[in-house]
Amino acid sequence: MSVSWPILSIVTFMPLAGVLFLLMIRGDEHILARNSRRVALWVSSFTFFLSLPLLFGFDSTIIGYQFEEKAVWLAGTGIGYHIGIDGISMPFVLLSTLLTPLAILASWKAIAHRVREYMIAFLVLETMMVGMFVSLDMLMFYLFFEAVLIPMFLIIGIWGGSRRVYAAFKFFLYTLLGSVLMLVCILVMYVDAGTTDIPALTEHQFAGSMQTWLFLGFLASFAVKVPMWPVHTWLPDAHVQAPTAGSMILAGVLLKMGGYGFLRFSLPMFPLASEFFAPLIFTMSIIAVIYTSLVALAQTDMKKLIAYSSVAHMGFVTIGIFTMTEQGIAGAMFQMISHGLVSAALFFSVGVIYDRLHTREISAYGGVAAVMPRYAVFFMFMMLASVGLPGTSGFVGEMLVLVGAWHASSWVAFFAATGLVLGAAYMLWLYRRVMFGAIINDEVKAMEPMQMREFSIFLPLSVLVLLFGVYPMALLDVMAVSIQFLLDGLSASGLSVLAAR
Amino acid sequence: MIYLLIVFLPLFGAIIAGFLGLYHRDRAAELVTVSALLLSLLLSVVTFANVAIGGVSETVNLGRWISSGSFVANWSLRFDTLTAVMLIVVTGVSSMVHIYSIGYMSHDSARARFMSYLSLFTFAMLMLVTADNLVQMFFGWEGVGVASYLLIGFWYKKDSAHAAAMKAFVVNRVGDFGFALGILAVYAMFGSVEFDVIFAQSSVIAAADISFLSYQLPALEVAGILLFIGAMGKSAQLGLHTWLPDAMEGPTPVSALIHAATMVTAGVFMICRLSPMLEYAPFALDVITVVGALTAIFAATIGMTQFDIKRVIAYSTCSQLGYMFFAAGVSAYPAAMFHLTTHAFFKALLFLGAGSVIHAMSDEQDLRNMGGIWKKVPVTYVMMWIGSLALAGFPFFAGYYSKDMILEAAYAADSAVGGMAFWLGCLAAFLTAFYSWRLLIMTFHGAPRASSKVMAHVHESPRVMTLPLLILAIGAVFSGWLGYELFVGHDMKQFWGSSIFILPTNLAMENAHHVPTWVKLLPIVLATSGVALAVLFYGYLTSMPARIAALFRPVYLLFFNKWYFDELYDAIFVRPAVRIGKYLWQRGDKDTIDGFGPDGISAFVYRLSGVCSRVQTGFVFHYAFVMLIGVVVLITWYYFRFEGV
Repeated sequence: MSVSWPILSIVTFMPLAGVLFLLMIRGDEHILARNSRRVALWVSSFTFFLSLPLLFGFDSTIIGYQFEEKAVWLAGTGIGYHIGIDGISMPFVLLSTLLTPLAILASWKAIAHRVREYMIAFLVLETMMVGMFVSLDMLMFYLFFEAVLIPMFLIIGIWGGSRRVYAAFKFFLYTLLGSVLMLVCILVMYVDAGTTDIPALTEHQFAGSMQTWLFLGFLASFAVKVPMWPVHTWLPDAHVQAPTAGSMILAGVLLKMGGYGFLRFSLPMFPLASEFFAPLIFTMSIIAVIYTSLVALAQTDMKKLIAYSSVAHMGFVTIGIFTMTEQGIAGAMFQMISHGLVSAALFFSVGVIYDRLHTREISAYGGVAAVMPRYAVFFMFMMLASVGLPGTSGFVGEMLVLVGAWHASSWVAFFAATGLVLGAAYMLWLYRRVMFGAIINDEVKAMEPMQMREFSIFLPLSVLVLLFGVYPMALLDVMAVSIQFLLDGLSASGLSVLAAR
Repeated sequence: MIYLLIVFLPLFGAIIAGFLGLYHRDRAAELVTVSALLLSLLLSVVTFANVAIGGVSETVNLGRWISSGSFVANWSLRFDTLTAVMLIVVTGVSSMVHIYSIGYMSHDSARARFMSYLSLFTFAMLMLVTADNLVQMFFGWEGVGVASYLLIGFWYKKDSAHAAAMKAFVVNRVGDFGFALGILAVYAMFGSVEFDVIFAQSSVIAAADISFLSYQLPALEVAGILLFIGAMGKSAQLGLHTWLPDAMEGPTPVSALIHAATMVTAGVFMICRLSPMLEYAPFALDVITVVGALTAIFAATIGMTQFDIKRVIAYSTCSQLGYMFFAAGVSAYPAAMFHLTTHAFFKALLFLGAGSVIHAMSDEQDLRNMGGIWKKVPVTYVMMWIGSLALAGFPFFAGYYSKDMILEAAYAADSAVGGMAFWLGCLAAFLTAFYSWRLLIMTFHGAPRASSKVMAHVHESPRVMTLPLLILAIGAVFSGWLGYELFVGHDMKQFWGSSIFILPTNLAMENAHHVPTWVKLLPIVLATSGVALAVLFYGYLTSMPARIAALFRPVYLLFFNKWYFDELYDAIFVRPAVRIGKYLWQRGDKDTIDGFGPDGISAFVYRLSGVCSRVQTGFVFHYAFVMLIGVVVLITWYYFRFEGV
């Protein structure tokens, strides 16, 4: 589909334009806060509606990138402004534009000081996230990829909990360490290929030994983002300290950057190294699934528990990607989108009761279901989606990943499937301790029922989780051609694993 | 259209009831769900006539569900005889339970929620039995698991209730772990998860091997055993049975519907459904036989010693499911399905009867606090008698036909495992009769042991509760006699059509009709002696049970404490998991990864800069001293360097 106006650029930079509006707001603190919230919500919602044509105008039958835009940036260097989306990036763009307004809505009451700056951070964050997913130039990608850190660093460091500074620095250092190595790799690739254009680099054949080093460099960066074991320890701290909305975006979108990176760079550009290192990735992922599930069992902090569960779920994603099978990759993609919706909703669930009781300690709760029955329904639904109940989006991804994993090795499938049991154990235990039982804490008794605002955050997420659970083809069809194209590229480079599919 | 309505009416009812619950319109919710279910039952009867009697199988395709590459799982409803039988069982028992619940739950404040869950369960169960492929079956499978979780924990304020709910879900998940791997194995071999494809190719794949966990193993055996692990979880077979007795924390109608008549039989249904594949997996079938037989006897030994009226019946269910499994294991699938059907009626009857007793006794469940109430609850009393007679397998009651058929088939299988199953099954039959009459006598006869306040309140249940009992009782009396020829008799082959497949070389079903007379008589003799013993012990020599328990104290304690399975699992799985989790968190994440990673590095840098900053003391004589040393070192170095040259 050809459009006469640069819709992708508009979607990407609309939030930044919103920042200008925010800067123009005048008034005393109260009015400033109120108007900032409204402007931010309007801008992000508008961005979401603008992004809808990307979904409905997307032709899932054609290979390659759509809504492409190219402009000269650094003439003669092979570096340019190049954006576009395919079946792999489009869902992430929509996920980002959907979650941002919901996150802003989630911080409506919780954030009371420096509201304007907070909203600016969120809008900047949105531009950076979308920009990262649509970039078709590696240098642009790198800039956005790194720039995402800054607003998130500020959101955690300024509006976070009591140990926010420690968490923010841990988050920053971890991710920065990885990206420095990635930058080196990008320079090497530029020198080798003479361009930073992603489609061109995908065509470029890197020498086998070089692939190994490049792969490891990118791995350092993406593994931290996913996060993979053992570089996951920033995540629980970051989540626990981040405000609710920060956690929603962090788990919902930022964790997907690693998985997306594997699919956009590691697999198509370094196929030989990917195949070589697949067993390593499997091992790390399996440890992630089992190790973090067990750790999640031991948590007494709600957010920490869900953070660890994220690591386990992302373990499925990395397994799926490196099976290099159609089902595995489709499952990984699906799992990422599903996890984006479900984990955002779960972190919001924690936020809802945190706003009322101001503690994340599980033991402070108990019997909440009696006080907040409607909330109990949503939380239950998301909890079940998180454990991969068939009929919710959580199941489809896990099932497809397992199908792919069995193809790689029944050991991988076997260990990954233990996540089904452990995941059910820690999530149900969490729900039970928070929601069920007699009310022992008097403050719980006084908790307000769910508000319309909270309802309107849960509802779209629930609808999507159910829709993707019952009719996952809505998503799978979008991705199928791009994944097929990716796999064709891999088999063209002569990988043995791709013999059967 | 009829087909769609059968399955989706309960879902519709569940959704409407759920919304009505938000506005506390309990009566409306009851009306909606009950009428949806009754309509579904009516249509199921029509379908049964068409499909099972008329012999017209049909598949309704509703569209794609999950499709990626060659992995395709559709939303598709399959209606053959096996499904039709299950439809009758599920909608029949479910509608009775719905009606009964109106009375039983009348004092509860969340009736709409309860009805909604019941209907939701029914929907999931119908999806399970109409599944056309393994993945959709898994959908129903987990769906009933969730509904069961919700219903066991219905009284969520009670700690024991939500603990039991969680236990049920997690233990079932262990089974589902096997199920999921089984699906993967099947897909790996057949390239499809659809039943038609799997069944058509089973004879070809039978000789193939599959690599599973680095071993080369016969493909179908691996898949069969993995799938059976799923069945073990859902059907509470030995090892994964621990959740079922605890599930009795749920309201009694739930126990009748889910934990007796329908959900727990899903495993049996699955094995029968997969008969065209399992027939080529003889070792897997042997495993099924052995597990089933052991469960039958194991659960019966526990049932003898329990004092909670519902738990006794729960263990009895567990034991009867064992019968069904070993029947399927010796390739007597029709017998397994027959027993499944009759059992659904009489076990639901027993549970609902127990519920009626509990209702009458002001929520008392302990047999030791009952007794002497039969005159006050005559209808319930008669119903419990009918249920027990059917369970024990007395002539012309339902259980007589189906259970004897199973034992005869096991005998006729003429194999080592078949023989073992036969003898264990006979012993279990004796114990079954014993604990059934123990329950009857302790509940209804003898001197009242309840407080006078409770006794004064004992009353017969309202008609909305006794009517479903009556209907189920009709089933418990006649279903065996009516179904015999169709299910396992002369019309068997025509009735089941292609929905059940038995290799021509597996003759258990054929030969079961020609076993020696003593084999036919033995179960009845054993059952009668079991009853006699129970009457003797609990009616006359009432001090005997305690004396025998004292005499065989270790054995009694073993049985009474359920063979210590809960304690064992707690010690080797539950507590270590949490302990390992804590260990990994503290030692792994905090000490090791953070210790050598970010925290360690930052601490190191901090220390290093501390050292560096300490050097800058600001005292001139320090600097002068360091300078002096530096000069000395330099000179020395130069000196020796040139000396060396």
